[in-house]
Amino acid sequence: MSAPIQTISGAAPVFYVVDEHDHPPGGSTMLGFWLYLMSDCLIFAMLFATFGVLGTSYAAGPGPKDLFDLKLVAINTAMLLFSSITYGFAMLEMMKGRVKSTQMWLAITGLFGLAFLCIELYEFHHMIHEGAGPWRSAFLSSFFTLVGTHGLHVTFGIIWLVTLMVQVAKFGLIEANQRRLMCLSMFWHFLDVVWIGVFTFVYLMGVLR
Amino acid sequence: MSDTAALANTGLAKLIFGRLSFESLPFHEPILIATFAGVCLGGLALVAGLTYFRLWGYLWKEWFTSVDHKKIGIMYMVLGLVMFLRGFADALMMRAQQAMAFNGSEGFLPAHHYDQVFTAHGVIMIFFVAMPFVTGLMNYIVPLQIGARDVSFPFLNNFSFWMTTGGAILVMISLFVGEFAKTGWLAYPPLSNLGYSPDVGVDYYIWALQVAGVGTTLSGINLIATIVKMRCPGMTMMKMPVFTWTSLCTNVLIVASFPVLTACLVLLSLDRYVGTNFFTNDLGGNPMMYVNLIWIWGHPEVYILVLPVFGVFSEVTSTFSGKKLFGYTSMVYATIVITILSYLVWLHHFFTMGSGASVNSFFGITTMIISIPTGAKIFNWLFTMYRGRIRFELPMMWTIAFMLTFVIGGMTGVLLAVPPADFVLHNSLFLIAHFHNVIIGGVVFGVFAAINFWFPKAFGFKLNRFWGLVSFWCWVPGFWLAFAPLYVLGLMGVTRRLRVFDDPSLQIWFVLAALGALLIAAGIGALLVQIAYSIWKRNELRDTTGDPWNARTLEWATSSPPPDYNFAFTPVVHDNDAWYDMKSRGYQRPLQGFKPIHMPKNTGAGIILSAFATALGFALIWYMWLFAAVCFTALVAGAIYHTFNYKRDFHIPVDQVINTEAERTKLLSAQVVS
Repeated sequence: MSAPIQTISGAAPVFYVVDEHDHPPGGSTMLGFWLYLMSDCLIFAMLFATFGVLGTSYAAGPGPKDLFDLKLVAINTAMLLFSSITYGFAMLEMMKGRVKSTQMWLAITGLFGLAFLCIELYEFHHMIHEGAGPWRSAFLSSFFTLVGTHGLHVTFGIIWLVTLMVQVAKFGLIEANQRRLMCLSMFWHFLDVVWIGVFTFVYLMGVLR
Repeated sequence: MSDTAALANTGLAKLIFGRLSFESLPFHEPILIATFAGVCLGGLALVAGLTYFRLWGYLWKEWFTSVDHKKIGIMYMVLGLVMFLRGFADALMMRAQQAMAFNGSEGFLPAHHYDQVFTAHGVIMIFFVAMPFVTGLMNYIVPLQIGARDVSFPFLNNFSFWMTTGGAILVMISLFVGEFAKTGWLAYPPLSNLGYSPDVGVDYYIWALQVAGVGTTLSGINLIATIVKMRCPGMTMMKMPVFTWTSLCTNVLIVASFPVLTACLVLLSLDRYVGTNFFTNDLGGNPMMYVNLIWIWGHPEVYILVLPVFGVFSEVTSTFSGKKLFGYTSMVYATIVITILSYLVWLHHFFTMGSGASVNSFFGITTMIISIPTGAKIFNWLFTMYRGRIRFELPMMWTIAFMLTFVIGGMTGVLLAVPPADFVLHNSLFLIAHFHNVIIGGVVFGVFAAINFWFPKAFGFKLNRFWGLVSFWCWVPGFWLAFAPLYVLGLMGVTRRLRVFDDPSLQIWFVLAALGALLIAAGIGALLVQIAYSIWKRNELRDTTGDPWNARTLEWATSSPPPDYNFAFTPVVHDNDAWYDMKSRGYQRPLQGFKPIHMPKNTGAGIILSAFATALGFALIWYMWLFAAVCFTALVAGAIYHTFNYKRDFHIPVDQVINTEAERTKLLSAQVVS
């Protein structure tokens, strides 16, 4: 890609690169991962659209006002937002090449993520216990699927985070690991953005309705 | 005491085998037993042959674990061809059934079997024939056309292929273990819900498509990144070959539509497995939402199939007319416009839903508009041929057959785009004739053009012309004989998927269609003979030049078959038709100054992870929860384990490059002397 192309008129045209060097691996990784995130984004878009269509089909069952505890959701949202900030701190430390503090901020990020998941599971458990499981109405089906899919993503994010922490501990902040941490960073912030959508469209607008 | 033991036993059996039992095997179906016996014998012969010739190690090392885009491309084509035979067998059975089932005859297929046959035919032809064919072509050709040595993510490429194969394997297993869906190829609820389809058929459908769908999405991401990031110096976007352009648009469509299918099938499986109410008739569910969602994927899918072959026809037309493609820029923009418009037409598949005049008009008009860029393409090909020195080689013949056939299919499509006309023709055989007209006339003819065109590149020898002509002259009239009667029947009001008929006056049309199917069968037979005969006579058909057709794009600049590294030196491009430009401006092939070449290393991770995913699908189909948990854990653990492998590349030693290139020099100079 970096080879200069001779276009001097009169001179014989150059048809191949003579002095070629190895291309560093991972040159397409960021673009590829971004494309993956966009495809994932479409899955969420579908789930949002489904919620948009079915979100008021209560089938004579409980609605958002009966079920949602906004204070709990606010705490939950805070957990996820904090985890995004701490992931940012981890990336800043990574840039400076400090393994220990990178690992510390990653661990804190993971704990916030775990707290988010625990609160979400508590909320789900509570709703199912009250007879408002995903099978009760189309509204609840789409609610559990949208929020649950986000939760599953966070779960995989945490598994990935732990894997990367092991790899950083084992191999240090080598280029490949930095690239992986960048990918997880995009993934993690992406989940944050999706959650802001969930918080707004599902919880806030649900209670307003 | 013994009672408790028996109970524990059934509990344990249930945990391990789920709902799988001996009754799941089709011992009561003579047709299936015969097929099963045939497949078993054939499979045993294959395994024995491979073992006898000690080919397992070779296959594993050189093919199954290969990350070489060329080998993966060829494996996709083989998968497509094998599944094509299965899908076509289904087609023959349907044509025979419909030709027979008159005057009180029930035909030879019982209803539950016939329903599986038409479902499997559609699913296989789209997902496991057409998709592998176009993905295989893109995989093989695109990196060569852009002067790259492999794709952006070679391991992912291998994994994608095996996921696609995993899906195909699940569909094939359903033939003998349990049953396939009886719902039609898109499995509309409420019919596909648990209440109306309690058996494993729909679950086979769901998990086969989910496993294959992951592969397709990842391969789409891979090829976009490849085309955007790995083009050789000088190849700006508007200097890319048209096939690469259509591949780019196709992969954009894949990444932007397959997640919709994934999400839609997840919702259907939640309805079936968890008891949610997305598409149920009660508790707030909405079956029509499924139809909307699946067609938001389904319509772009049609263009995913046809855009790459539009690229094929562009390359073929310009090569065999000996001219630059007419209207390159308009071709690119037409492709982009089709890409965008393909998202704005999905509702034309169900005008009869009753969404009202305004909505139907909008989608009717967008559908008609999409024929404008497509028409522009046809004119571009015609103007490329105009005053060209046309060589009627096999790829060019398929291209001309495509133009004549596809235009008719396009026009019946515009006819169906008029909502009032569609209310009459919806789900009639007219529709069946229309979409076979564009898919066979477009995609299948295009794939045959591509196979005949690029076969010498991939294997180093041309395909035999005589048997190619036999195949061509069986296929093209065979297609018309098989589908023209369906247009007539459709206009007379015959609907699709019928098993028996009351009106004896219709029978002659079905008999004609069945004869057409037999002619197509002869065409497929001739294709197989063509391949076998060409392999036998390969030394006479050998291509030593690397450029047997006097073609124009970069893939013809290297040897046939290309070396592992594709190009010893990365090419530099100055013109659209890069290779033609090189030939006409006195390009000299470099003979020295070779360097070691940096390449990705083979890995077995792709096939192993896909095997876990396929087994997970099988476990979920049969409710084997324990086995499913094991497979899922293995899948996650395997994926994590794979990420601990940091050494994924190696260098081809310079001596090997020198030897390979010296071989080619010898071949080329022998060419000049003779």
